[in-house]
Amino acid sequence: MKITLTVNGKKYQRDASENKNLLHFLREDLGLTGTKEGCGAGECGACTVIMNGKTVNSCLVLAVEADGAEIMTIEGEAKNGKLSKLQVAFKKNHAVQCGFCTPGMIMSTRALLEANPKPTVEQIKQAIEGNFCRCTGYQQIIEAVQDASGQLKKKEGLKRA
Amino acid sequence: MLDNTPKKDLKYVGKDVERIDVVEKLTGQALYTADLEFAGMLHGKVLRSPHAKARIKKIDVSKAKRLTGVHAVLTGKDLDYRVGLYLVDKYILARDTIRHFGEAVAAVAAETPTIAQQALDLIEIEYEVLTPFLDPKQVFDKKAPLVHPDLGEYSYVEAVFTPVPGTNIANHTKLRKGDVDKGFKDADFVFEREYTNPNVQHVPMETHIAVGKWDAGDRITIHTSAQSPFTVRNLFAHSFKIPHCNIRVITPYLGGGFGGKAGIHLEPLCCCLSKVAGGRPVRIQATREEEFSLLPCRSGLTYNIKTGVKKNGKIVAQKMTMYWDAGAYADYAVNVTRASGFSASGPYEIENAWVDAYTVYTNKPFGTAYRGFGHVEFSWGMERQMNHVAEKLGIDPLQFRKINALKPGSKTMTGEEVVENTGDVVKCMEAVAKSINYGKLTAAEQAREKKTGMKIGKSVVALQKAPAMPPFTGTVMILKLNEDGSVTGSHSLTDYGMGTYTSLAQIIAEVLRWPIERIRLPIENDTDRDPYDWQTVASKGLLLSGNAAILAARDLLDKCYDVAAQALRAQKCDLDHDAEKVFVKHHPKSHVTYQQMAVGYAYPNGNAICGPIIGVGRYIAQGLTNLNKETGQGNPALDWTFGAHGLIVEVNEKTGAYNVIKVASAYDVGCVINEGSVRGQAIGGMLQGLGTAMCEGYIYNDKGQLLNPSFADNKIPTSLDIPEEIDCIAIETPQIDGPFGARGVGEHSMIAVCGALGNAIEQAVGADLTHMPIRQEDVWKALQKKSPAKKTIAAKGTEKKAAASRKKK
Repeated sequence: MKITLTVNGKKYQRDASENKNLLHFLREDLGLTGTKEGCGAGECGACTVIMNGKTVNSCLVLAVEADGAEIMTIEGEAKNGKLSKLQVAFKKNHAVQCGFCTPGMIMSTRALLEANPKPTVEQIKQAIEGNFCRCTGYQQIIEAVQDASGQLKKKEGLKRA
Repeated sequence: MLDNTPKKDLKYVGKDVERIDVVEKLTGQALYTADLEFAGMLHGKVLRSPHAKARIKKIDVSKAKRLTGVHAVLTGKDLDYRVGLYLVDKYILARDTIRHFGEAVAAVAAETPTIAQQALDLIEIEYEVLTPFLDPKQVFDKKAPLVHPDLGEYSYVEAVFTPVPGTNIANHTKLRKGDVDKGFKDADFVFEREYTNPNVQHVPMETHIAVGKWDAGDRITIHTSAQSPFTVRNLFAHSFKIPHCNIRVITPYLGGGFGGKAGIHLEPLCCCLSKVAGGRPVRIQATREEEFSLLPCRSGLTYNIKTGVKKNGKIVAQKMTMYWDAGAYADYAVNVTRASGFSASGPYEIENAWVDAYTVYTNKPFGTAYRGFGHVEFSWGMERQMNHVAEKLGIDPLQFRKINALKPGSKTMTGEEVVENTGDVVKCMEAVAKSINYGKLTAAEQAREKKTGMKIGKSVVALQKAPAMPPFTGTVMILKLNEDGSVTGSHSLTDYGMGTYTSLAQIIAEVLRWPIERIRLPIENDTDRDPYDWQTVASKGLLLSGNAAILAARDLLDKCYDVAAQALRAQKCDLDHDAEKVFVKHHPKSHVTYQQMAVGYAYPNGNAICGPIIGVGRYIAQGLTNLNKETGQGNPALDWTFGAHGLIVEVNEKTGAYNVIKVASAYDVGCVINEGSVRGQAIGGMLQGLGTAMCEGYIYNDKGQLLNPSFADNKIPTSLDIPEEIDCIAIETPQIDGPFGARGVGEHSMIAVCGALGNAIEQAVGADLTHMPIRQEDVWKALQKKSPAKKTIAAKGTEKKAAASRKKK
């Protein structure tokens, strides 16, 4: 089936087979490999993208369901090679380790901040609950989102006895 | 290599430097193996056994082979190659015998994943289902079915391991220190208990993936998510008897590993499929489900501890028996057994110690390295035992730990003497005790108890770990000076998330006195291009590669000084350098810049000298030995990193539900290289430890079939599971041979969290737990057995109670 969709502000038209999910469509047909596959079952959130303003697990959305949709992926976050405020906050606060969950994590927190520019810690936790991270223990990600929303009082740090 | 530069003069070491690989990861531009495209690439898929133990009666692949789009179909019959790290016991595909649920039986490579799946569906197999061997504690049952009847024929590393043919023992590690019988005779009390934990999955967010290409002339190229490219190359070369120089292993960006990607896994199968497919690259990407049973997990452990102790709280004897549930193949489990065997007492001095650690083959998915390498598992038992004994003696558990802690002058279980610079576990315990207000409830906590109706408990536990590695573990760093005076490094430590590369860049920048922006360490590794490193495991990377980095930077400077001395007609001793140039100390204007010498220094008339500049640093662990196979005595430890956790929990006494309120962690890291990275390791490992403690673990049915191979049924911690408060503390007792005094801390954060949770829950409500994970129902069940007086035993009563288990003299 022929579908038309907008990804990161750019219009694409492609043939998509009915059983192909949006994740594989983005990665294989559009070459946007920033979005990752962690489980293929909608559990881990590595494949999170923003579709029509809402985060979705792209492994649970069929490409044909995205016909006419407006989609944002990790590739749309930095503009002209410049990191967004959110990305800079992740960078500064050590919110990235292996990086495999990072694209999905950025998408979830981007959607959160657009809906709620000053989220509480509890709201941040809720927003990323569906994004597994096995490396960081989440704390530094939460701090990064607080920082990006201008709410991090002082940078949390390591105590040196 | 301890540097004499005062800490305040250090520009990069000890600072909170941002990661050098963060921009590409934040933009989705970092390329992981799954992101790579290769011309003509085929997709491999694996048919897995639904049985734990079976004989393959018949296997028919003819229909699969005939399917259009299929380029290769393989079964065990086609592949007479065994692979193995320390004990070569595993066929690439099962031949005749199935040894675990999920084992690879056949594999196909096809033009699309869909065709590959269709081909798998066309393979016809007849199994004769056999009775599996599932309980490692039955290892001495003479009637137990053998997982490997041919064990006696397998090759293995004889200097280190002891398989027992005719049994299910893949390795028996022994340790004998002092006189344990005399120790028990001298003891006032003896306490013996058993502790258990199940198989656990690592769960790297990136599942295992490899792309293998087997070209004519036996030239092999492998792109893989492996932690240790040189180990993949070495094991591949041995299994297939192909020269090392014919095999190229490339590791792109890696999406986590935690030990599960050490060793060799999907690579041989990809390559064998490629060979059949005429050299087309074949990719196999494990599904999440396959990650649980086709790929390895963490071994389970049953740990029996018998402790002999004096009234004053000094442990005088300890007998420790470990039954490691290794699953169907030895992989790293034999070495986990060895490493945890010599470390099994935790960071406590045991004058008279006796360890028997058995790696037991069972018909389950096989165990491998997992962050902590056996220490998470035995620490659960040991830290529970420490509290148990302390309680029986009527001594505060923290005080009891301090009495027995390794201190300068103590001897470890292998007989190594602890010195001032080994590290300070008591300081770690005191730091976390202070952080959690150990031993009392604050006014706020009392108010909270009143409000919630839950009981608050606190605990402090201690931990230690040394890298588990061969005594001759070495590495190299090469620094190549670029035309503009920047350097590009080449080495083969991998960075699958830890941040070690950033720490290495800091170290190099510090030694060179250059801005860190001029140091590039490419994240991808390539065995054709980069020099050897044994493996990236064991928390040894920072120490060994950090030293190699220091030596490489010094060598680079030395080469620069050679050029400058010649060009400036000066002696090297009269030269100094800064970020831009080498100059004559007393005539600073007389100088040569790095740009001028990078690719060879040229005089004004065109004469040139010296050629392009590279610095090389080679480093190998110093003074380590194999352990005596009968006594376990020797010197196995590159460095000991000590640490402690303090944990506050609140528990509902009626339902067993609990919340972790706070975890404070302290590690004696020797020297902090990167504050953010140390904290990242501390928090990340702590939560992974809490996952193990609270909810993770394999569940089998009585046929040995795995029942929970998914995130739906095997939960890992999410953002909602983190403690309300987290505190991370670094103690810095310098390691003499560590880079700037540093030692590793990658695994340690995960160790002992389980014991901390179990002990705090017991302190809160008296639930006596001996199995982890600790689910709510486990707490509830333990509460049903609770003796009402348990929490408030008076000192006198304790002695009376304990006397019951006193050994008769």
